Amino acid sequence: MERIIFYILALIMIVFAIKTVSSRKMLRSVIYLLFVLIGISGIYFLIDYTFLAAIQLAVYAGGVIVLIIFSVLMVHHIELRLDVTSIKDRILAGIISLAGISVTLFAIYTYKFNPVENYNAIDVDEIGKGLLSYKEGGFILPFEVISVLLVAVMIGAIIIAKGKRLEQ
Amino acid sequence: MIQGISIYEILTLSTIIFFIGVYGFLTRKNLITMLLSIELILNASAINFVVINKYLFPENLQGVYFSIFIIAVAAAESALAVAIIINLYKLITSVEVEDTEIMKY
Repeated sequence: MERIIFYILALIMIVFAIKTVSSRKMLRSVIYLLFVLIGISGIYFLIDYTFLAAIQLAVYAGGVIVLIIFSVLMVHHIELRLDVTSIKDRILAGIISLAGISVTLFAIYTYKFNPVENYNAIDVDEIGKGLLSYKEGGFILPFEVISVLLVAVMIGAIIIAKGKRLEQ
Repeated sequence: MIQGISIYEILTLSTIIFFIGVYGFLTRKNLITMLLSIELILNASAINFVVINKYLFPENLQGVYFSIFIIAVAAAESALAVAIIINLYKLITSVEVEDTEIMKY
């Protein structure tokens, strides 16, 4: 059962990822990206990391996609179709990507992983304790750095987006 | 871990998504669609962190923390990128990469 769900999710994700990078309507490609992100959160649900899946849904599907949709609506005419790149560029990019895929898959399939059989879910409080722990292996410093980063980004985004019009 | 699915299959999936993102980054000529490709790349790497944590080191949580940080940094990055794109559109009324030279000074 879980196997079938995984394959369906994988198929959806790959198809919509290809549509994301190839669709000629910008708003549609944002929506296709939304499907890919939801599929990724489905994978997190399947491996029992429900907290991470919830974060993925809330931050990406709820936040980032809405932000990008707004920016598309503001800077782009909906009916307009994007220019296609020349066939030469597309073939070159395809060759580079296929070469990358084959090298990476070769590296993955020749390495022998030693998976540990486990089906236990983790609690949210475990994640929270690890994030706020200042003992060895705790993540309090990166956590605080991320908080400072988010504040800086908030102020920076407001100031940059306000920007002055260029004097001609 | 997922019943009946080995780590190789999930890593294959994330590799394919990563390189679809690379393909999009190389072929797109528009700032917002390039941002979408970057989101694909970041998400594929986040899958890798989580899956390797779950399959190989289930007693640790480091992969989960790194995924949370990746998601936070990606959200911050896309917010800043959208601000820059809107500002750029105000200045030159275009978001095509070829017209983007105004940030040089």
